[in-house]
Amino acid sequence: MSTESHDHIYIVGAGHAGGELAFSLRQQGSTAAITIVGEEAYLPYQRPPLSKAFLKGDLEPSALYLRQQAAFEKANINLLLSRRVERIERAAKKLVFDDGREVTYSKLALTTGGRARRMTISQAAQAERAKNFHYLRTIDDVLAIRSRFEAGQRLVIIGGGYIGLEVAATAIARDLNVTVLEALPRVLARVTAPELSAFYEQVHRNAGVDLRTNIEVTGLDFNADADAITGVHCTGGVLVPADLVVVGIGQLPNTELAQAAGLDVDNGIVVNEFAVTSDPDIVAAGDCTNHPSVFCGRRIRLESVPNAVEQSRVAAATLAGKPRTYDAVPWFWSDQYDLKLQMTGLSHGYDQFVLRGSMNNKSFAAFYLKDGRMIACDAVNRAQEFMIAKRMVAACKPYDAAALADETVPLKNLAPPPPAPAAAG
Amino acid sequence: METLREYEWGVAAICGGMCSCATCHVYVAPEWAGKLPDRQSDESDLLSELQFRQETSRLSCQVRLDDALNGLSVKLAPEE
Repeated sequence: MSTESHDHIYIVGAGHAGGELAFSLRQQGSTAAITIVGEEAYLPYQRPPLSKAFLKGDLEPSALYLRQQAAFEKANINLLLSRRVERIERAAKKLVFDDGREVTYSKLALTTGGRARRMTISQAAQAERAKNFHYLRTIDDVLAIRSRFEAGQRLVIIGGGYIGLEVAATAIARDLNVTVLEALPRVLARVTAPELSAFYEQVHRNAGVDLRTNIEVTGLDFNADADAITGVHCTGGVLVPADLVVVGIGQLPNTELAQAAGLDVDNGIVVNEFAVTSDPDIVAAGDCTNHPSVFCGRRIRLESVPNAVEQSRVAAATLAGKPRTYDAVPWFWSDQYDLKLQMTGLSHGYDQFVLRGSMNNKSFAAFYLKDGRMIACDAVNRAQEFMIAKRMVAACKPYDAAALADETVPLKNLAPPPPAPAAAG
Repeated sequence: METLREYEWGVAAICGGMCSCATCHVYVAPEWAGKLPDRQSDESDLLSELQFRQETSRLSCQVRLDDALNGLSVKLAPEE
């Protein structure tokens, strides 16, 4: 115990995972010095509203903060912001910062998150210098987009994933003219069933989005000063005029620091079920990790806030000497227009799709079965059934497809009961 | 919810106030329960499936603090 006062835990990455990990350490009783290092100028913040409420323009950056400055001070958590870690010297347990300064860590947590996948067309570099071309990952990205987010502007969104579609919904609410370009045959192709893709495509088209699939960006037109994009060239000889371009084509994990330090990296920083990397003094959590999933029976990397929060808590427990395994079932949400989409499990590899409810009425739950077992559920405007489906997916049991689709039988009747409450309070 | 999140032992509030996750569950002191705005259907739906649900359960993200609620007392529900 007496050595703990000399301990200094550094957390590299000031996103949702980093912020949660720091407070979780305090909750687990750690008295070590704690410092969070972040490249952005902002306190750890929530990214999901970036493509929604924050983009709409009615929130200050501080409204996104997980906790305000005073809470960090009270918990004695140091923040080192606008600062990059250049490298980790594991043998000496040192971090070297971009200003050359070095510090020694007793334990290290990597919560480096991900970054927006960049375009690979030949004009990408010129596009990235243009003032009306943006990726969407950070507060600064959205502040820049927001400054041009005006009614009547022609917005071209490259990528029909969740980010792209959420931006489209927000833009429609602000009366922009919106085009979405998706290279694959359908939107949300990597994450959901064709039925859900078709549903969301229809919703966006009905809302006024010019949504095009099977179309790839081949080039860009620039203005005379070459500092703004005026049009987007696509396959098939299509030219889409643009006042503003937002690109949402996926995310890449920030693993370079770990890789350079010789940690195991394989589509994410490789960690075990206790969030420990290949170095026992270094944990990692959040979007940047490749972790074993008890639920999936394989290693996965997730880009989600629930994963960041829950895995950070496991990492903190490990650092606090109270290890427990990470065994959460993945879940996600996305809000577009009047649709509250809540998802649990991972649908990859399903062999049966079961619809309960009505897509026309915008109220349904879609179940994904594999060998009869429920592996995932996408619920639209069905919060209660989402909660029940979470238990059903976690139980990994077989369910009868006809019964799942039968709305005369409450879903609850098919689900395992919630665990008996422990003594509350 | 934003107020509770500031505490070291605050609510998790994973979805950040979208009424999507039920990780900001609190018990409202009985004398205050009737003074809060009614639950909307999303909140009721999420609460209905919580194992630690009680009569005065609320999702704190759906309770906006104003002067009328000055002095409000809540207890954090156990995490599910």
